[in-house]
Amino acid sequence: MDSPEPNLVKTELPKPAALQETQRAGAAFSGTGTTVFDAKNVSIFYGSFKAVTDVSLAIYENEITAFIGPSGCGKTTVLRTLNRMNDLVANARVDGEVHYRGASLYAPGVSPTAVRRRIGMVFQKPNPFPKSIYDNVAYGPRINGERKKSKLDEIVERSLHQAALWDEVKNRLNASGLGLSGGQAQRLCIARTLAVEPDVVLMDEPCSALDPIATGRIEDLMREIKSQYTIVIVTHNMQQATRVSDRTAFYSVLRDEKSDTRTGVLVEYGQTQQIFEDPHDSRTQAYVTGRMG
Amino acid sequence: MTAVGTEPRQVDLREPAGWRRTKNRIMTWLMVLSFILVIIPLGFVLVTVIAKGASAISWSFLTSQIPSIVAPPGVGGIGPAVLGTIEIVALATIIAVPLGVLGAVYLNEYGGKNPLAAFIGFMSDVMTGVPSIIMGLFIFSIWVLHFGFSGLAGAFALACLMLPIVIRSSYEMLRLVPNALREGSYALGATKARVTLTVVLPAAIGGIVSGALLAVARAAGETAPLLFTILTVTAANPNVFSGANTSLPSQIFSNANQPYVGAQDRGWGAALTLIAICFILMIVARLVTARFARYARY
Repeated sequence: MDSPEPNLVKTELPKPAALQETQRAGAAFSGTGTTVFDAKNVSIFYGSFKAVTDVSLAIYENEITAFIGPSGCGKTTVLRTLNRMNDLVANARVDGEVHYRGASLYAPGVSPTAVRRRIGMVFQKPNPFPKSIYDNVAYGPRINGERKKSKLDEIVERSLHQAALWDEVKNRLNASGLGLSGGQAQRLCIARTLAVEPDVVLMDEPCSALDPIATGRIEDLMREIKSQYTIVIVTHNMQQATRVSDRTAFYSVLRDEKSDTRTGVLVEYGQTQQIFEDPHDSRTQAYVTGRMG
Repeated sequence: MTAVGTEPRQVDLREPAGWRRTKNRIMTWLMVLSFILVIIPLGFVLVTVIAKGASAISWSFLTSQIPSIVAPPGVGGIGPAVLGTIEIVALATIIAVPLGVLGAVYLNEYGGKNPLAAFIGFMSDVMTGVPSIIMGLFIFSIWVLHFGFSGLAGAFALACLMLPIVIRSSYEMLRLVPNALREGSYALGATKARVTLTVVLPAAIGGIVSGALLAVARAAGETAPLLFTILTVTAANPNVFSGANTSLPSQIFSNANQPYVGAQDRGWGAALTLIAICFILMIVARLVTARFARYARY
């Protein structure tokens, strides 16, 4: 990772076009400043393969934090570590500490189901259940014990409103959830996640399978719910990171020449404006200015 | 128009000609021929059974007592055999299907790569190849010798036959459920049992039911496992838990051995009844699958 020619480092970098028009993004921090996640020296292994090395960062309440970086740098792996979804992978192991509001997530005796009830996740490819739209959204509350029809109706309506999907489906709540378009299905999955009223919503490239209009709707949605939830989003789209996020973490890949393995590493983490306008690390600079993929 | 090499390129959009076309035709005809060859024996069987058995079928035939073997055609019927088949197969289904589905759930969701799961999977596959008479002899030696002949023993033998089929088909259906659905359910804070019961099983239920009905249809037509377990009798026995019983395949078998016209006639009628029952089960399987797949469609 040689630094670029010295004179470029000293020169003022031109602002990326996206930042010029969306200065509002990241400018006003609505966050309360409370630490929601505190990761210290987290390394994640799949068997003997070290996928991510030594990540330390803190996620703050009521902010949108973006993880950006090239493919294979461990952004999704770190995201999944935050709600113990990596437990579902056979030989995944997490070293280091992850604290959620002061409590260790990986301590013995911690129930992964309790963790996931508080920390929801939206996936890259929309995955509605093969049930009706109503049953999709009501699924979470039902497994948490809610049985009263009136309460469920209310929760379903509220969640679909929050996900900006209500108007489109209010007359066909009994239709199959699989019959929705990509953007609608992803909003349904978001409604499903919001129905259980989690504390944190993790989003793994939620818009990568969607067209720009649907993407815009979901970004609007993220800004609206920011005041009630803490959001962490993994994205390949740097403009999206500048548009919605308050803080950005840039990950990159360390290539080990001897064993020819690639390990993800956290390069830089800071407020979005600083990352994109005044990156401290040369790798960050190379990535956000588009000189590296 | 003046430069060299600007003539428009000729594009040939016609069907492939020559050897490619001939080869295509040969393969198409070979496939049609194979299909006809397969349909012919099936058609022969159906036509023969319908032709020979249709004259015997009537409501009284389906409900009357089994007469003596010398009785002429039109007298008596196969009522006890119909009752026996229905009772024994129903009992076998109650035993085999829940066990089979739970076994498949274990193999797919909980077992993973551990040795017990591998062993169960392997033994289940081996069992599909065991001759059905062995199942009958097995139940004979461990149950009938102690508790006597009964429809229950027959049901056990049929359940042994159905179990590997149900396990294998349910396992394949469960495997087809995309992992994304499981992850979506886990991400909402569901325990593993909840995920399996509320998302995976409902998603696979169409295929599971259809596989189970196929196993039932197979069991309904088996004679060998029943030979040593129900001891074919001619009297109706509504009590499936004690006393010898009879079933349609057993009755067909014993009637086919008789030289008397009446017995032969009733045998054909019984055969047609059995085919009709299987046919109805297949239709029910289709309807059930369509109903359960309601949400998997658009």
